[in-house]
Amino acid sequence: MILPGFPDAQPVEGLVGGLMIGASAAIMLLGLGRIAGVSGLFVRAIRIEATGTPWAIAALFVAGLVLGGALFAGIAGPMEAHYPPGFGWLIAGGLLVGFGTRLGSGCTSGHGVCGMSRLSPRSLAAVATFIASGMVTVAIVNALGGGW
Amino acid sequence: MRWFVALLSGTLFGAGLALSGMMDPARVRGFLDIFGAWDPTLAFVMGGAVIVMAGAWAIQRQMKGPALDETFSLPGTTKLDARLIGGSALFGAGWGLAGLCPGPGIASLSTSPVPAATFVVAMIAGMALYAALPSNRKD
Repeated sequence: MILPGFPDAQPVEGLVGGLMIGASAAIMLLGLGRIAGVSGLFVRAIRIEATGTPWAIAALFVAGLVLGGALFAGIAGPMEAHYPPGFGWLIAGGLLVGFGTRLGSGCTSGHGVCGMSRLSPRSLAAVATFIASGMVTVAIVNALGGGW
Repeated sequence: MRWFVALLSGTLFGAGLALSGMMDPARVRGFLDIFGAWDPTLAFVMGGAVIVMAGAWAIQRQMKGPALDETFSLPGTTKLDARLIGGSALFGAGWGLAGLCPGPGIASLSTSPVPAATFVVAMIAGMALYAALPSNRKD
């Protein structure tokens, strides 16, 4: 399905994928009583920080993330993935994402999916901030001729 | 059973990211490129996920505890502070630079190993730096 005005958008795949992500977070909440926040579970899985989550739970969730991506690619075939050229964008971006998600206590999954749906004031503020910051960053990079 | 549920939750999350196109950094960057060829797909992903989770929170409020554990372990902080806003601003900047946030970065480790691992290793370095700051040491 094509969204009028946005020929490259994938509204149906996006919505269905989003429903799956919501179901994943719902399983985590109602089954295990925890937030499916990727950055928080990841630091626990690789033992950078001692959060309250049992290590096996965090590690298996993170392993599942990799498994889910691999399974989908195995069944549906290779997916489109256009990365920035070289390693500079990935390294700079990764450093900021790693430090920022810990300082800000969450990322797109914890604050975005789990926090916004709970109408948490902290998460609503965090999401507004990181989306605005991302938009400003992309606009600046494009203005400086660094768009990819 | 708890281990299986954790693995299932992660797998469903990874497959959802893959189906929705969120493992394509250019598509995520397109969502943030409001002055260029804006790609609203991410809004549909977030919308779908939030709808399901809003239902899950409504169910959660009726439950005494989760199905497979003693109690809910949920964040209780409500304070809006400089750490929350500053951290989110830094995260957003990195998200815009790389086109990746933690979930898609990790989920892409098998499908795009070299660039995804580059991003994830840098992300670990950023997380380790945060954990090593004197004010955050928990040992």
